[in-house]
Amino acid sequence: MTPVPIPAGRVKTLKIDGRDVSGYENQTILEIARENNIHIPTLCNLEGLDDIGACRLCLVEIKGLARLLPACVTRVQEGMEVLTDTERLRRHRRMVIELLLSERNHVCAVCVSNGHCELQSLAQTLGVNHVHVPYRYPRMAVDATHGRFGVDHNRCILCTRCVRVCDQIEGAHTWDVAGRGVEAMIISDLKQDWGASATCTSCGKCVQVCPTGALFVKGKAVGEMTKQREFLPYLTLMREGEK
Amino acid sequence: MTPEELHELAQAHLEADKKLSHCLFVCGAAACLAARSDAVIEAFQAAVKARGLEESVAVKNAGCMGLCALGPLVRVEPAGVLYQQVTPEDAGAILDGLGGPPVERLVCPTDVPFYQRQFNIVLENSGHIDSESLDDYVARGGYAALAKALTAMTPGQVVDEVTTSGLRGRGGGGYRTGLKWSTVAKAPGQKKYVICNADEGDPGAFMDRSVLESDPHRVLEGMAIAAYAVGANEGYIYVRAEYPLAIKRLADAIRKAQRAGVLGNAIMGTTFSFQVDLRLGAGAFVCGEETALISSIEGKRGTPRPRPPYPAEFGLWGRPTLINNVETFANVPAIVRNGGHWFASIGTEKSAGTKVFALAGRVVNTGLIEVPMGITLREIIYDIGGGIPEGRKFKAVQTGGPSGGCIPQQYLDMPVDYESLAQVGSIMGSGGMIVMDETSCMVDVARFFMDFCRTESCGRCVPCRVGTTHMHTLLTRITDGSATLDDLALLEELCEMVKQTSLCGLGQTAPNPVISTLRYFRDEYLAHIVEKRCPAGVCRMTRAPKEVAV
Repeated sequence: MTPVPIPAGRVKTLKIDGRDVSGYENQTILEIARENNIHIPTLCNLEGLDDIGACRLCLVEIKGLARLLPACVTRVQEGMEVLTDTERLRRHRRMVIELLLSERNHVCAVCVSNGHCELQSLAQTLGVNHVHVPYRYPRMAVDATHGRFGVDHNRCILCTRCVRVCDQIEGAHTWDVAGRGVEAMIISDLKQDWGASATCTSCGKCVQVCPTGALFVKGKAVGEMTKQREFLPYLTLMREGEK
Repeated sequence: MTPEELHELAQAHLEADKKLSHCLFVCGAAACLAARSDAVIEAFQAAVKARGLEESVAVKNAGCMGLCALGPLVRVEPAGVLYQQVTPEDAGAILDGLGGPPVERLVCPTDVPFYQRQFNIVLENSGHIDSESLDDYVARGGYAALAKALTAMTPGQVVDEVTTSGLRGRGGGGYRTGLKWSTVAKAPGQKKYVICNADEGDPGAFMDRSVLESDPHRVLEGMAIAAYAVGANEGYIYVRAEYPLAIKRLADAIRKAQRAGVLGNAIMGTTFSFQVDLRLGAGAFVCGEETALISSIEGKRGTPRPRPPYPAEFGLWGRPTLINNVETFANVPAIVRNGGHWFASIGTEKSAGTKVFALAGRVVNTGLIEVPMGITLREIIYDIGGGIPEGRKFKAVQTGGPSGGCIPQQYLDMPVDYESLAQVGSIMGSGGMIVMDETSCMVDVARFFMDFCRTESCGRCVPCRVGTTHMHTLLTRITDGSATLDDLALLEELCEMVKQTSLCGLGQTAPNPVISTLRYFRDEYLAHIVEKRCPAGVCRMTRAPKEVAV
């Protein structure tokens, strides 16, 4: 007996939090969850940019699997049973937020992004009202050499959205990461002042995708820095059309 | 060079060796070199010349002979005498004594457990050949396995032989090598790669370095066989730049092998080609992780990416890629030569073969050893290692480096295999084995490894980047006397969180030294925190609160 031919772009059915859902085999758990209004917290993920699975907020439990997998880069499989909101996951997510808050100097009261910050709102929704881990209070610099924008490393959480949008959408690759571990830093060009960058096109995409107040438009006072990112899915679609 | 020519070369070399009355092997690997074995070699060469013995005595720059603590080591064949701590001034006395009784004061006894209890597969040529000579390697059966694979076996049969052998990855994970090979062999794609991971980074571990310095052709042969089996014709050896001698010998070995036609285009007159290139690591521990290693070879920042997809499917430049460790490849020629069943008969049922360990720390005989799997820790430490020096008491043995754990006294009679080590909270790892006695403070040990992980974290994922830093801060508090029991609870919470949520193996295993010491030496942690004293007398407790008079 010849096996039934398999069509391209197969559809898989799976369960997320007990609900039966379906998706194409090249879709991720996160995409399917969003289609079905199941909320999984994310931070380094941004629609239109490649996912890197770095913030670990979107980790989910999969039945029969001991380790946790990031929903943003894990593709769906037939019969998968995904749990997105267990006590263990909530505990780990709160700790991720605590780690980020303690890593550098996140002082909301004097931050340009106060009230519009993804880290801040995640801390609120995940119920982080206290940081148990010791604060590091490192001395971090602010680079205000660029004419229109500034980067405040005190607020940076190293999600690398700016690095990716600059490389993948703008095509300039001004930003990158230097250093290891907790000493890692976002740098422009070869660790030069942003204002002296020969590659920066001053497009401002990095500023708009930054989840916190690390990248900002100059002249904004506390809480005034709101970000516009509607452009991103369109630009991504256009780039895909070029291929 | 065809297989027949290879055989002739081996025979001719053996004939030439027969004309010699004696052969002196002077260890030229890093540990003995650090003890100035290069001057010893020069002294021997000068002494041979002065006595006009060039025709009958050969002096060879050989590889590691194991007992690094007593270097420089010199082996005299065919007498089989081993000399220890040889100085250039001893050269004359040793040469004059050839044929007669050995020079008593320098003799290193080889009938001791250190040598008798070992079983050599990976190190079979180590110290028995000139490390820089292709002819020496061929004379001892080198490249015969590659010839056999290319002329008498199909790629599928080679994979089957490795599967039968039960060989498991020697880099630490213990993944079944046969399964990995068959996955890469089955992966669709015309272009595939073979990578040898020689980015040995565990503190105190030097197995791969010794193999590369002592017997570089063995690794090349293993890689070529692997490439034939999985259908690759390009390979890379990713070796850390801190190993200059290994790099020099590898580059030299690649050149000689290509010239002899056992590597490169149309190997041994067949249609199979395999090119090998070296890539030097710039000193990042995380680049030992396979996806970070691939990223580094591609010229990018060495950071890991989430798996799946695994490199077997999507590896170097998006192609199916086989990554194995140095020691894994070094086992392959012996498996192909002697058959998978022979290899499976050594060691235990689930962990076949032997394992090379770098024995270090508080033990009499420090050095490189190769033992069959299933041997007990007690045999390794007390028989082979000669026990703890200065009559001190054994406390723990650390295996697997920063990803491993500390194993206490009560498990000394446990067999050394992948499963048993995992059961007691450690791992086989790449083969570092650090013995600790009662003068070691386990909290301080955990802090040392956490400091290592903290500085070697790539900084990509949050738990590893920030979590290891906080864990190090908390451990520092414990060792300086300023910690409270709440700090201990937080430390345990972080251990669990970092282990479960980190992106790659570095972060997932970074808490292991803390978890295992907490499991077996919790009393030491409590003594630091509650009583503000270090039982081993290592920690200074500088920030312990002053006694308040009531």
